[in-house]
Amino acid sequence: MIKRFAILVMLLAVAAVFATLTLSYQPDAELNQTARYYAERTASEVGSANIVTAIVVTYRGLDTLGEVTVLFLASSIVGLLLARGRNAKLNPAKPLPASELLVTGSRLLTPLVMLLGVYVFVNGHLTPGGGFQGGSILASGVLLMLLADPLKHFSHHLISALESIAGLFYVAIGVLGIFLAGGFLDNRILPIGELGALFSAGAIPLIYSLIGLKVGAEFSSILANLSATEEL
Amino acid sequence: MAYVVMATGFCLILIGLYGSLSNRNLMRMIVAFTVADTGVNLVIVAVGYMSGRTAPILDAAVPVAEAAARIIDPVPQALVLTAIVIGVGVTALMLAYVYKLYEAKRTLDIGKFTELKW
Repeated sequence: MIKRFAILVMLLAVAAVFATLTLSYQPDAELNQTARYYAERTASEVGSANIVTAIVVTYRGLDTLGEVTVLFLASSIVGLLLARGRNAKLNPAKPLPASELLVTGSRLLTPLVMLLGVYVFVNGHLTPGGGFQGGSILASGVLLMLLADPLKHFSHHLISALESIAGLFYVAIGVLGIFLAGGFLDNRILPIGELGALFSAGAIPLIYSLIGLKVGAEFSSILANLSATEEL
Repeated sequence: MAYVVMATGFCLILIGLYGSLSNRNLMRMIVAFTVADTGVNLVIVAVGYMSGRTAPILDAAVPVAEAAARIIDPVPQALVLTAIVIGVGVTALMLAYVYKLYEAKRTLDIGKFTELKW
């Protein structure tokens, strides 16, 4: 009872802080200096139609490399923690077979979902979306396959090879930027091209496709590891 | 508009905090954390919103010359993109740890894990 009361008092205090923040919030009428810089310079400096993509992949490219590394770390720790369960799989309990609807539907939908994922990350510099979103869509296709057949075994070698090759090329493109253009992860190692065309914005489509493959492989390996855990 | 989204985000944070503090089941705590996570993302996106403006994508509707006057702030959106992805990683880690904890004690009740209690 005392605990419940303490929780309530604490939440009321936090709610008071939030209410003050919301009530005193004044939306900006103008873009601030950073945002204005990105809005005015993206077209000429980076050539990407989607300004968010220009920030994520080029202006703050190093942060994105760090983010992909964090994701890689998370997926390897999940693999490490759950590895023992996978080796001890002596008599896997037969799960209930998936329904006819799910199996047939997943056969039809999985290729389309994968195609959508690739479309989203290839067009990341033109439309809303990009490598992280496309990679998540790829992994949702993998999840659909796992739901239809829980005992399906994904090749961990294939997933880890895809993941490491994508990561290696991402860093290699970044290093090429030091020698051929202005610095690490500079996208101008390829011609910037015309704003709004598929082959534009220098190396951004290439980098975002690699990120998409890497994120897709990492999420898939997390899903495969979690689904391979035994019933306790 | 920004106020509605911001208030919704703060409400989600409060719901998530309440859920993670009042539940004793580890799985429910994880669900509550993801709700709070979504709330934080909503608040950050709401801060970048400016009424009457459009998405930060340059096309026929938003010519480069007028971009600074027509688009909303792109920086919070880039931040939230990062936050969502990291959130997925954190949730996956929590789930894996809970699996290991359950394997060790055969319970999901946080009150039963007393090793670090004083």
